[in-house]
Amino acid sequence: MNVLIISAVLGVVMMFSSFLLKQNSTIRNLAIAGIGLLFVVNALEIGGTVFFKVNVHGMILFDRFALLFNAIALLSTFLYLVLSARDMEKVGVNYAEYFALIFFILCGITLVSSFKSFLILFLGIEIITIPLYILTGSDKRNLKSNEASLKYFLLGTFSTGLMLMGIALLYGARGTFSTTFVDVIEVKPSPLLVTGMILLLFSMSFKVSAAPFHFWTPDVYDGAPTVFTSFMATIVKAAVFIAFIRLFDDSFEKLQPQWRLLIGIITAATLFIGNITAVFQQSVKRMLAYSSIAQAGFMMMAVFAMNNDAKEGLLIYTAAYSFATIGIFAVLAKMPDYTFDGFNGLSRKQPLVAGTLTIFLLSLAGIPLTAGFLAKFYMLKAAMATPGSLWLVIFAVLMAAVSVYYYFRIIQAMYFKEGDASLITVSMVFKQTLVLLTILIVLLGIFPNLLLTWYYF
Amino acid sequence: MIPVLLILIPLLTGLVTFFIKDEKMARAWSLITSVGTLAVSVAGITVFKDPGNLQRQYEWMQQLGSSFSVKIDGMGQVLCLLTAIAYPLIFIGTWKTQYKKAGNFFALMLLAQAGLMGVFVAMDALLFYFFWELALIPMYFLCSQWGGEKRIRVTFKFFIYTFLGSVLMLIGIIYLQSQTPDHSFSIKSFYELELSNETQSWIFWLFFVAFAIKMPVFPFHTWQPDTYEQSPTATTMVLSGIMVKMGLLGVLRWLFPVLPAAAYGWGNVVMTLSVAGIVYASLIAIRQDDIKRLVAYSSIAHIGLMCAAIFSENKSGMQGVMLQMFNHGINIIGLWIIVEIIERRFGTRKMSELGGLAQKAPAMAVFFVIIALANIALPLTNAFPGEFLMFNGILNSRSSFYLLFTIFAGLGIILGAVYTLNMIRKIFYGEVNAVTGAAMDLQWNEKIALGIIVALIFCIGVYPQVLLNMTDEISQAIINKRHVLEAISK
Repeated sequence: MNVLIISAVLGVVMMFSSFLLKQNSTIRNLAIAGIGLLFVVNALEIGGTVFFKVNVHGMILFDRFALLFNAIALLSTFLYLVLSARDMEKVGVNYAEYFALIFFILCGITLVSSFKSFLILFLGIEIITIPLYILTGSDKRNLKSNEASLKYFLLGTFSTGLMLMGIALLYGARGTFSTTFVDVIEVKPSPLLVTGMILLLFSMSFKVSAAPFHFWTPDVYDGAPTVFTSFMATIVKAAVFIAFIRLFDDSFEKLQPQWRLLIGIITAATLFIGNITAVFQQSVKRMLAYSSIAQAGFMMMAVFAMNNDAKEGLLIYTAAYSFATIGIFAVLAKMPDYTFDGFNGLSRKQPLVAGTLTIFLLSLAGIPLTAGFLAKFYMLKAAMATPGSLWLVIFAVLMAAVSVYYYFRIIQAMYFKEGDASLITVSMVFKQTLVLLTILIVLLGIFPNLLLTWYYF
Repeated sequence: MIPVLLILIPLLTGLVTFFIKDEKMARAWSLITSVGTLAVSVAGITVFKDPGNLQRQYEWMQQLGSSFSVKIDGMGQVLCLLTAIAYPLIFIGTWKTQYKKAGNFFALMLLAQAGLMGVFVAMDALLFYFFWELALIPMYFLCSQWGGEKRIRVTFKFFIYTFLGSVLMLIGIIYLQSQTPDHSFSIKSFYELELSNETQSWIFWLFFVAFAIKMPVFPFHTWQPDTYEQSPTATTMVLSGIMVKMGLLGVLRWLFPVLPAAAYGWGNVVMTLSVAGIVYASLIAIRQDDIKRLVAYSSIAHIGLMCAAIFSENKSGMQGVMLQMFNHGINIIGLWIIVEIIERRFGTRKMSELGGLAQKAPAMAVFFVIIALANIALPLTNAFPGEFLMFNGILNSRSSFYLLFTIFAGLGIILGAVYTLNMIRKIFYGEVNAVTGAAMDLQWNEKIALGIIVALIFCIGVYPQVLLNMTDEISQAIINKRHVLEAISK
């Protein structure tokens, strides 16, 4: 509750800050301090201190799962801003507004991680996506950015329509917007209910860019300014996954026979398309777009399995994936050349940056001692516990082996190829934050309990 | 405490080495630390050998059912000793080789040692998997950065191959864990599993493919000759001398006792593959002109024999394998040291361009001939008792094709003599030519390394009892475990 209200207020504050504050650096520091504040109040709420007592009529529930994810999202956003906020200046002139939009998105993230009613889910998803349409198109002089924004908007509204339709059908079937009900133990669920559920499944799959609803992802991620792609591809995507698993856990757990195979197929297709297409990319940014689809495929396994391991694992996965991808995008935003060859010889000029980037890539590939391994491990373990899912598990690890190919291409370029790649500007803080991210990833990879103890205690 | 030290010393000193900029310093530092590791491992085997010192368990990821549990058993003793002896030998033998960014090179070598030690002592399946991958990552960087011309592509193939194998094994591990009653990854829980024959027979392949790629066994060997050829020789020594033992250890410790029925059921298939690999690799080795490739193929043949002997499923075979794991490591490192010398002195590895070295470098010729003869298991050399036990094992195996396997494996030995003697002839005898005209004999560091190797060859060749005592108990235990479960499953 703390984060929800304060983030909305901070969004408004940031909107007006451009009138009062002339210096970009002041605006930036204000925003970073704001995120820090949000993280602290969220931590206080985990500890039991709630500042605002609002009667939400059971439409929102800030349970441990929600709060813990908020903590991960806020920490990621904090690190993301420290790394990349400076690069936002290059995008356009409305510097303060970008931060305002990010705070609004965080507000939406708080909603989708804690909803107990379809209305709140819808509200949260819309609060997240509308600012994203703007951020995607924020580079107004760039035709690709405009195109991406329009494409995202058209397809996004379409999927929102599907979601509304699904919610309407569910309301028809159940007579309530609440996601938890006890009366669904029917022998044969009504067609209305199943149709509504499938429409919701499709629209959520669209939002997390699961195949075959992924077609917008590469273009939008590629067209959007790199700093905002980073935010969209990590924190936002992770939040929608949290909403996804929450929705299916609360509402549709009893309908498992109806959706399990469907989600299994979507998972396999996402893994396949994401990984195989990423192999053929020449631009690192586009490769990361497909890699985000591939990683989404792994996160879908949590929805597929829907057990306790899956929920724990999804928390680890969102942290591991967000930390690593934010780091990579932050470095990418500072590269003059986005092709793989643009990374040639980076280790000579920037050994520290190359070293941290290597850890991020190893984590995404799922090499032990990094958080990425444990994340994948949890997913496999969760899926394995589901009867009749061995095919999916084996397919997933085969695809993980494919993913090594494109992640390691960057490592090869940095270390083994001749070239003189270097970053445009690197500040001391930037390097320190990258090292901090690396430490977080390795720590989480060795002691997942640092995170998971909070889930239970 | 000993196993923890064996992992920690190379790990921490390796991390320090990244920051040593001076090449001589880095070299000396890594030699000193590797000697330190050797001292610890020898102390662990001789002085502090009561069980309390050889095992340790820390809590780690309990909610997943995993713990940091390490123990040095008999097989672990042999392999830890091999790893500990090999590293100083490698460092001394390649003392004169220059590396760009030497600090990073030695750091990665030491990190690989930490990973290898971890694999040999891990008694928890998840921990085993951790180290299994961790040993691989430094090797990938070593080969890709300091290797030959085609290094990037070749090493990448090697990495993806092994990674694919490992993730399949990971599925197997997760599946077995989900079947244990206490949902634990500990080796004890795995050993107590009693799975149906059908389940065992498919999990077997998840594990075996990972191990077979690592060893490598025909037809999973295609990464090996290229990688050995392109890697810097010091790395090739680690790969061929120590790392292949990971696969053999995996079969002996994690496959046989856990999936006994499947190991029995698939025994003929695996032995056929192994024996086919022996003959195939030996035939190819005969046709090689590049010395590195020749040794690489000869290594496939030797590993094939060891794999076949494991699946002979009797004590003689098992113990022979454990003995031979050590001997093969020592011998092949000796061969690589000489290959490295030849390459550095003459700038070529082609046998057709060499000749007459025996006149110019007699000491080198003597060492090389001894090591080469050990490689083909002449009596009095260390490989003889090992191979004798393994053949004894295969001949007494309960497979109905035991005679066929023995004959073909024996054929491999004969072919091994053909290519090894041919290699000696081409390099050391014949006319001195322009390339070898200005040859120098061995230098002090090479003499030390090769001297130690030759001493080990004769010591173990004459008195293998030390190693046999170490492995006696554990090989019996693996066999017993098999029989016990066999009786239950009937």
